[in-house]
Amino acid sequence: MSNVWQSIVGPRAPADVDDEKRREYRLPSIFLGLAALSLIISIFLPYWNLTLEAPQYPKGLHVQTYVNRLEGDVQEIDGLNHYIGMRPLEEAAQLERSLSIILISVTALLVVSAIFIHTKWVVLLALPALLYPILFVADMYFWLRSFGQNLDPTAALSNYIEPFVPTFLGEGLIGQFRTISSFGAGYYLACLASVLILVGLYFHRRAYKPLVDATQEKAQGSGTQDSGSSGATGEV
Amino acid sequence: MQRLSGYKLSAKAVVGILLVSVLAVLLLMSCQDQGQEGSAEESSAPAAVSGDAAAIAEARGLTPDDITAALKTYTPTGVHDEYIMFASGGHGGQVYVIGMPSMRIIKQIAVFTPEPWQGYGYGAEGTMQTLAGGFVGDNEITWGDTHHPALSETAGDYDGEWLFINDKANARVATIDLRDFETKQIVKNPIALSDHGGTFATPNTDWVVEGGQYAAPLGWEYSSLDNYAEDYRGMVTFWKFDRESGRLVPEESFAMELPPYWQDLCDAGKNVSEGWIFCNSFNTEMATGGVEDGNPPFEAGASQRDMDYMHIINLDKAVEVAQAGNTVEVQGFPVISLDTAIEEGLLYFVPEPKSPHGVDITPGGEFMVVSGKLDPHVTIYSFEKVQEAIAAGDWQTDDYGVPILNLDNVMEAQVELGLGPLHTQFDDKGYAYTSLFLEPSVARWSLGGDYADLNEDPEWSLVSKVTVHYNVGHIAAAEGDTVSPDGKYLVSMNKWAIDRFNNVGPLLPQNFQLIDINEPGDNLQLLYDMPIPDGEPHYAQIIKADKLDPWEVYPEVGWNPHTQSPDPNATQIGEERVERDGNNVEIFMTAIRSHFTPEHVEIKQGDHVIWHITNVEQTYDATHGFTIPLYNINMSIEPGETATFEFDATEDGVFSYYCTEFCSALHLEMTGYMLIEP
Repeated sequence: MSNVWQSIVGPRAPADVDDEKRREYRLPSIFLGLAALSLIISIFLPYWNLTLEAPQYPKGLHVQTYVNRLEGDVQEIDGLNHYIGMRPLEEAAQLERSLSIILISVTALLVVSAIFIHTKWVVLLALPALLYPILFVADMYFWLRSFGQNLDPTAALSNYIEPFVPTFLGEGLIGQFRTISSFGAGYYLACLASVLILVGLYFHRRAYKPLVDATQEKAQGSGTQDSGSSGATGEV
Repeated sequence: MQRLSGYKLSAKAVVGILLVSVLAVLLLMSCQDQGQEGSAEESSAPAAVSGDAAAIAEARGLTPDDITAALKTYTPTGVHDEYIMFASGGHGGQVYVIGMPSMRIIKQIAVFTPEPWQGYGYGAEGTMQTLAGGFVGDNEITWGDTHHPALSETAGDYDGEWLFINDKANARVATIDLRDFETKQIVKNPIALSDHGGTFATPNTDWVVEGGQYAAPLGWEYSSLDNYAEDYRGMVTFWKFDRESGRLVPEESFAMELPPYWQDLCDAGKNVSEGWIFCNSFNTEMATGGVEDGNPPFEAGASQRDMDYMHIINLDKAVEVAQAGNTVEVQGFPVISLDTAIEEGLLYFVPEPKSPHGVDITPGGEFMVVSGKLDPHVTIYSFEKVQEAIAAGDWQTDDYGVPILNLDNVMEAQVELGLGPLHTQFDDKGYAYTSLFLEPSVARWSLGGDYADLNEDPEWSLVSKVTVHYNVGHIAAAEGDTVSPDGKYLVSMNKWAIDRFNNVGPLLPQNFQLIDINEPGDNLQLLYDMPIPDGEPHYAQIIKADKLDPWEVYPEVGWNPHTQSPDPNATQIGEERVERDGNNVEIFMTAIRSHFTPEHVEIKQGDHVIWHITNVEQTYDATHGFTIPLYNINMSIEPGETATFEFDATEDGVFSYYCTEFCSALHLEMTGYMLIEP
């Protein structure tokens, strides 16, 4: 059992090394730690921003999408959307939003725990965080499409507005509204976390691969001895 | 070792790349900001006058002066005015909110008269309560004669929080909340049936002054005119204002009994004269009229003497006397009797030229300026000399025993201005401005004392006049009655318009004329005529627009504007319902573009209906109206507001209620049926 555990956790960094070597071992920890921090901070920042511009709204209408909530002129946009039969924005991604804080925290914790895993299994722990920005976009697109395609056919303006897919990034036009959508700081932090993880994994491999290899060589060496002359080993 | 140095390089490179990226983003953002600022500066540069403009001016027959006047007043779309004028709406009973220098009417605030646009007095509970506060006994008064608006002040300067105005016809004072520009309170004067000399706020708005006018027995009593000298009295009322609740507090207010001279206008002392109140008076002759019996008419009888009396009142001391309970009760209201006022040294008189109309205090509070409208001078009194004269105790008394200070001892200067001087305002350059009713014009004249250094004209002298059209009453300069006047603009509030506008029949509007007073010396330019098609506006006050900070929408959905707090009957979306308890039906409704919920309301003839509507919108300008035919219900429900009305379902039938503010493309569909079953 402890052998399995050992093979997952991998070797520890030796204590008696010079400063340069110590930095080599610290680098993956720093990058993975920063990645986890970025992820946690991203919870407090908007991931996706939508602005609607029309003459009647000199200041525009703005919605900020956070991982767990919507902020801004949601009520007004819902009010406008009801004319074309679009569901209230709050009905979108309810499951994802309710679980988001827990899932992101767990993802970040996995990244933190990856700091202490010095084998290739580290990739498995870092993978959710690595893929998270892609998953977010996929989910977001699913909901935009779902909302745009499923308009209430009995709505007042259903004859005028055909089902559509709201613009995910950049500018769009719906009715008298120009829409401008863009990623927010939170999403960029999530992407930064992925980059930091990649860099961290690179340094991780550089730092610990030699140790792992050395351990395996040693294990193989002793294993050969084991199978070849157990008596000799026993003497040692 | 070689591999290790490879790490170091890449680690540095990564950190470096990150740093460079962050710096690049920051740089980009700052560049964008600068770009925006740059373009704003460019767009604010004056555009060259094109040949077209000259051709238009020629075709329209515009003089160079007309063109500068146009340039000084024209306000392009979307540009806000620099000043806001609050003008009384006279016997329309309302207040006008006017932008300056564009002279655009931005709002009419309903005060004493029910007004349908604002849903004021057509069912909405808070407005009904406000109006009921001004009923006289059991008599429902549904109009007013608004005269003198007073903005609340802090340290003698307008603070943009509250506005007060009086109703001359029925001696009432209203309080308007400038967070939503709506009237919140009307109080009826308990001892007088009509007034004139209100409203004036003390420098920190602790007190709002309401002076009387036509003498009558205090407390709305009857007495024959034969007993005029004995039973008739003048008065001045001091309303305590509580900023916290935003209400005048009758329980902490009091009045002072005055001789039956007709008190006219007042002003509160400021800076050196803070704590004192000055009112002028006419008809010290105590004429009682009766032209039909061969007596001289009032206009002659009240104009016999060369001098009337300016009233000088020690308010600080009067407050102490009133709080000590040294008062008599009239209609349950504490009144400092004339005898007490004399004994306690609260009241002094100073002779003032014949039949004055207005006493105005200079920005520093040093001088009181009085115009006798039948005397070509303005007379300037020194507050310091008044204090010396009071201390010296050198006075005569009138028939009631009120000390009359010697005019020569307290007068600072007299300036001959012209015919029919009335009201005076001040600017920031040491000038005063006085309206001349008969000429008709506005005179600029120079002040003396510390003000003499502010301009090059000799002190206490007439500087310039500008003709106005026609028969000017009050004038208002930008913050011109505060401790720090702004100068810049003055509005001449003319009673007659005659030929200034297109003929619209025998009843003509008033004419507000905007005058540029920015340049010193003999440079007064008439800029613009603005018709006021309502009652006769009297006074106005002009505040710098950036001192006002009203709400765009009510702070919470379900707000009660009358109490300025969340309404217990607020209804959110999904909470709409109709509750029945015997014959009482209570409806909880929401309004949002473009529907009311519920859209069917079924009640029975004989039911008592209580109806709450919450406008759940939080969007600027998304107001909904609500009206029910036959029952005289009409409301304006602004974003966030909860409004309540009640009625007895006396008439059966089918009633369609609808939104009266064009709120949206589907506004016509914002309707519902109220079915009253017989």
